[in-house]
This record gives sequence, structure tokens and C-alpha cells, in this order.
Amino acid sequence: MGIPPSSDGTLTPVLELSQIRKRFGSAMALAGADFILARGEVHGLLGENGAGKSTLMHVAFGLFQPDAGEIKVRDRVVSLRDPAAAKRLGIGMVHQHFTSVPALTVEENLWLAAGRHGAAIGNPRGAGSADTAIGRLRRRLWEGLDPAARAEDLPVGAKQRLEILQALASDAEILLLDEPTAVLAPAEVTELLGLLGEFARGGGSVVFITHKLDEAFAAVSRVTVLRRGQVTYSGAIDECTPAGLARAMVGDAAADQLVLLGVPIEARELGDGPVVGSANGLEAREGEIVGLAAVEGNGQRELLRALLGPSVAFVPEDRTTEGLIGGFSLTENLVLGLSRDPRWATGAWIDWPAARRRMAELLGQFGIRASGADAPARSLSGGNQQKVVLARAFEAKPRLLVAENPTRGLDIHATAFVHEQLRAYARGGGSVVFYSTDLDEVLSLANRVVVMVRGAVVPVPAGASRRRVGAMMLGVSE
Amino acid sequence: MSLIRSALVPVGGALAGLVILGVGLALLGYDAGAALGALWRGAFGSWYAISSATMVRAVPLMTIGLGLAISFRAGALNIGAEGQFAVGAMAATAVGLATGSWPAPVGLVATLGAGVAAGAAWILVPVILRFRFGVLEVISTLLLNFVAEALVSYAVQGPLREGKGIYPQSDPIGSSVRLALVPGTRLHVGFFAVVALALVLSVLFRRSGWGFRLKAVGEAPRAAAVAGGIRVERTVAVALLCSGALAGLAGAFEVSGVTYALFQNLSPGYGFTAIAVALIARTNPVGVIGAGLAFGALEAGAAGMQRDAGVPAVAVSIVQAVIIIVALLSVRRDSTEASW
Repeated sequence: MGIPPSSDGTLTPVLELSQIRKRFGSAMALAGADFILARGEVHGLLGENGAGKSTLMHVAFGLFQPDAGEIKVRDRVVSLRDPAAAKRLGIGMVHQHFTSVPALTVEENLWLAAGRHGAAIGNPRGAGSADTAIGRLRRRLWEGLDPAARAEDLPVGAKQRLEILQALASDAEILLLDEPTAVLAPAEVTELLGLLGEFARGGGSVVFITHKLDEAFAAVSRVTVLRRGQVTYSGAIDECTPAGLARAMVGDAAADQLVLLGVPIEARELGDGPVVGSANGLEAREGEIVGLAAVEGNGQRELLRALLGPSVAFVPEDRTTEGLIGGFSLTENLVLGLSRDPRWATGAWIDWPAARRRMAELLGQFGIRASGADAPARSLSGGNQQKVVLARAFEAKPRLLVAENPTRGLDIHATAFVHEQLRAYARGGGSVVFYSTDLDEVLSLANRVVVMVRGAVVPVPAGASRRRVGAMMLGVSE
Repeated sequence: MSLIRSALVPVGGALAGLVILGVGLALLGYDAGAALGALWRGAFGSWYAISSATMVRAVPLMTIGLGLAISFRAGALNIGAEGQFAVGAMAATAVGLATGSWPAPVGLVATLGAGVAAGAAWILVPVILRFRFGVLEVISTLLLNFVAEALVSYAVQGPLREGKGIYPQSDPIGSSVRLALVPGTRLHVGFFAVVALALVLSVLFRRSGWGFRLKAVGEAPRAAAVAGGIRVERTVAVALLCSGALAGLAGAFEVSGVTYALFQNLSPGYGFTAIAVALIARTNPVGVIGAGLAFGALEAGAAGMQRDAGVPAVAVSIVQAVIIIVALLSVRRDSTEASW
């Protein structure tokens, strides 16, 4: 939806980042990045994992101090010592991971976020919010949210709404959203994008970090692409092609491979190999990739966990809290998942040098970018962390691999890599059952799709259209 | 953080604490030079001061500290070592008095074993409370300290009271259940047992599956359970039981190696000082030995300072406090270093 920048067609910058440089240890995260956000626009910030998108927005939100560069908010040079300073200037951020306090209610979380700033939080029980862009967005976000519900009890979509309300709590006119759609179902994504567009048309400004080109084309008016800490493209989305953006994101050489993405692999002949895992009527057979399509909260997560058992490897969705221990080295994380592997487990003892050697090999095999096998897991980017989780899962030589959103938060490149690994594993006789909130991923990766709706497993007939699958997910028969 | 730096931080803290102590004493009109001199002599002035004051006082700190290192690694906060020490000492006294006529090694093993068992039993209650009812072990272990204190008080005025019935203390235990001493000193062999235990634990922590599971559970219980398939509750429970058992052993060591009898306030707060010992050592067993010796030296020096310079021994807690604050500051600095 092409949003006009302003009535006379010129851009009014509200946030300008110039020549931002930021180094972490030996890694250059931002190498002189420029970024301009204008009033009334949804601005897409694209790039691979580790390209510096999050870092750039953390600089704009005062979480990181840049090593060099200038920040201007509404034409005034500012120094953002901390997020509080950014909030005072009307900047709000929605982070990649949920930041609400689980034990507090929706309302308490919002008062917490508002802090001493004391802005109205737009509680629907209170007087109607002002008829401003913020007020309208607040009202829309509140729909269906119970102020007295505990944050931990909310479904994922509602949690994400709460996150945005929290970001708005300081009356933010500039919203920075770090991959807000990663956890949402397709309908929720469409709705969120619509809300953001409305907010922008009312005079708000939004930075929208995403990996997904289709979302970028659906929602943003201008786009900035980062690659290795530098801007490789910036301009109106109308003037872009998917191929052009992809090239800007991953560089010329890699772009050609990407064309293949999203094309469903040829449905292979389904063998009637031995069943290697079953739960709730779902059977996983050797050599197949079963994809679960479901709207959040229909029992798919429980089903995946019910499949777990001996010789089953699990790739949990949340790699930072369930998959890896951030403070542990990569070697330690390898041993964590494979504590009985005879290569390093000898009785009660662990042969650390042996585990370290294997981890170093895996770094090479999976192209994991890390300073070494001793690097702490949290020093890796999200995509590389996921590769570690996956490498470890394959290392267990499981008969069945169960994965939950295996490419959550990964860039195109890393996603393709993960998919290729899963396919190769299935070709070799392994069995995969996975769930993804991204329906396109389910349809393109799986060679058998089942829908979960209200706890029941429903097989998808061969040759069903995407629309048919979507209807089945909603429990609607056509 | 390098090994050298992790050792330098507490040493720097101790020096800063001593300077502050000296300045404070001078301001209060004491002869600071004489007081610090007495402190030094009390801790390190002679072979006898080192072996019979510093090292003897270090034993309970090191023994309890090793146990706390195990529980802290697993992320469990046992604040009740003082109570576990007391019931350990009490059980050791009771068994020691009863087995005094047995052949020497059997009676001694029974005496020390009673301390271990009593310490573990004392923390079993918080363990059950935590895993059955979700009661935080920080609170339950702390509260049980007062119960233990009352129990010892009852014992020395009731069932374990000396035959003469004059003082609220037990009869001395027989020589067959006493720990051997290093000739010419008051240092009992428990010291060497603890140092050996520290070395064993050091290897277990670094190389064994158990040590790894402890650390995983302490660092990230959820990931330990999901990615590692570790039984988190069991691991934490075992760690807490180990810490209780070692605190009980420390109590038994004190009775069978130092006092030979039970009385009230047997511990001048070893169970609490040992928390600082384990934390400053960052749960590293060899570090616990070092920190235990340092705090033992402070305790010994404090006694010397009180005796020779008339400065209340409690003044030394200033030095302990500064060491802890400096150590905490350095931990904070390390953990706030940027990560991405």
C-alpha cells in the first residue's frame, strides 16, 4: 500500500541516522550505515541475519552507543544514553523476543512500560483515547485484550499486541519493530500490517524489520537494505523488484539461487516405509517430511512434544531459552544435547577435547560463523545459533526429527540452508515432522501436509490448493 | 576473566578493606598500627598462629564452602549452612559419646557419618518443601537455622548435658573418636581431607557429566531440561543434599577435631561466612580453599587483635564486607560486557 509521504510529496525526516559505526569485539556490526525515517511512512529494514538491522535499531533506541555517527530526531542532533532518553523523544521499540513480565497482567505491564512518563495507556475501560494516530492504534490493539489477563496466559498473537501497546506507552510516534511477524499466523500478520499502515497514514512513523519480501511489498512504502553493516539499497518500494531486493540483501552471487525459493519441491512418491513415530493419529514414516499447518493454539506444539522419545531429536522453536544455553560454549551446548554420545561420554566422564574437535568440524560442515568451538552460544547471530541446534540434532542420528518453526527469524540464505539439510536428511531415510507458522514454508518444504485444528489431525488431500489448506486451518469446509 | 585476575580481585579487596579498617580505627582513637600488627601476628605471626589459628578456622569455612559451591552451581541458594553445621555437630557429639568405647576407626567414622547424615537430613525438609510445595529454599533453609539453634540449646540443657550438670554443654567425647592432630599444633587431619575433597570436586566439576549437569541446571534450567533431557529437580535436590551433608560434616569436624564437646554458639557464623567464601571463589573448589584460608586468617587475626590490641574482633567484618563488595562489583562488570 503506497503511503504518500506527506501532502506535498516531500519527505519530512523524523529520525536520521548518519554514518553509524558499531563494533563488537573484532566484528564490525555497522560500518557507516545511513538511515532516514520519514513522517507517515512504514519503512522496511531488510537484510540477512547478522547484517546489522537489529543493531542499527538498538542504536536508534539508545540500547547501544554507536562508536561513531550522528543521530537526529526531528532535525535535532541527540545523544541517546539509554532507552529512557529515546522514549522521552517519542521512540518506542518492539523487540524480537517478548519483554512483557509473565506474572503481571496486561494492564500492569502497560503501566510498567509507561513508567514515570505516565502517558495514558489507552485502557478501554478508561475514557476513550484521543483521536490521534496513537489513540486509534491503541484502540485497535486493545480489541480482544483483557486488561486483567496475565501476560503469561495470553496466546502469542495477543502477546505481540501487548508488546506494541507497551512500545506505545510512552506516546511513541516513532515505532521500531524488530521482526514483529515472526511469531504470527498469516491472518494476524495481515491485520498487523494493516494497523501499522493506518498508524502511518495518521502521521506515525514505523520501522519494520523483516526477512520476508512479500511482507515488505505488502506493507512498506520505502525500504532500506543492509548487508554486512552497510546500506546496499534505500528507496521507494515501488521502484524495487523482488530479485533486486534479494540481490541487495545477499549480494550478486547468492541471488541466483534464491529464485528457486518458494517453489514447491516436486511431491515425491510416498513410500510406505516403517512408521518411526506416531501421536494422536499422526504417523511419521521413514523418508518423508510431514508439515503441520495450523493456526496458533490448536494443539500443534503439544503434538510435537508427544512425538518425542528415544531416537527422536527435537529442534525447539525458542533456541535462546530451550535450545541453547547462551553462556555455554558451543562445545558445551553440543554435549548438552548429546550427553551419552560414546565419542566423548565415557562412563561418568566427558572427554572435552574430543567434543571440542567434533564441534570444530561441525562449524565447518554447517558453515557456522563463530570465533570457534569455545565461543559462547550467545555471541552468535540467530541464524548461526539455529545452525548449531540443527547440527546437534542431526549429530544424534535420530530416526525422527521434530522441529518447531525451524527457520524462525532466519534470513533467506539460512532458511534455504536449513531446508536443504532437512531434505537431505529425509532423502537419506530420516523422517521429519515440523510445524511452521509460515504456511508457505509448510507447503514448500513438506511432502505431506496435515492440518491441526482444535487438537485434531486432519490430512490434506493431494493437490489441495493453498486456499483450501487455509480454510482447513480455520476449520471451514469449502 | 583470567585466573590471575580472579585471584587479584579478592586480594585487592582485602587490602582496601584493611586500609579502611586502619583509617577507621585511627579515627576512633585506636592505635591503628598496633591493631593491624596484632591482626597480622594473630593470623601469620608464627607457625603456631598459621597452623593452629588460621588453618583451624579455615576448615569449617572450606568444608561448608565446598558444599555451597555445589548448590550455587546448580542455582540453588542454601542459606541454612549455619543450621546444618549445628545439627551436624550435635549428631556427631551424640554418636561420639555413644561410640567412644568402640574400636577407634569405627567410632570415628560413625561420628563423622552422623554429622553428614544430620546435615543432609536437615536440608531434606527444604528440598521437599521446594519440590512438593514450591517454597523457596532461600527462605526455608534460613528459617531452619533458628530451629537448629533452639535444638542445640535444648540438647545441651537436656539429653546431651554434661554429667556434672553445671554448664549447658556436653561431656567431652572420648579420645578414640577424636581426629588426629598434626604434632605440635592444634590442626586436625580434617584440613587435609577437605583439601583433597576440593581437588576431587575440581576434577568432577570440569570433567564429569554430573559437574556439567549441575552447571547446565544452574545456568538455564529450561534449556537443560528441553535440550539436555536433564532431570532438573533431581539434580538440584542432590546438589542441595550435598551442601547440607558437607555443612554437617563441618560440624562433626569441629566437635571431633577442635572442641571435643558440644555447646551453644559453637559456630561464630561459619555458615554465613562460607557463603561469601563460595561466592568469592566463584564456586571454584580450589578457589574455595584459597578464600577459606583468607577468611580463616581474618578470623584468627581478629581474635589476636582483640587479645593484644583491645580492638573488638567484630571490626574485622569491615574487611570481609569490603572484599565481598569488591568481588560483587567485579562480577557485575564482567556480566555487563556487551554481548549480541
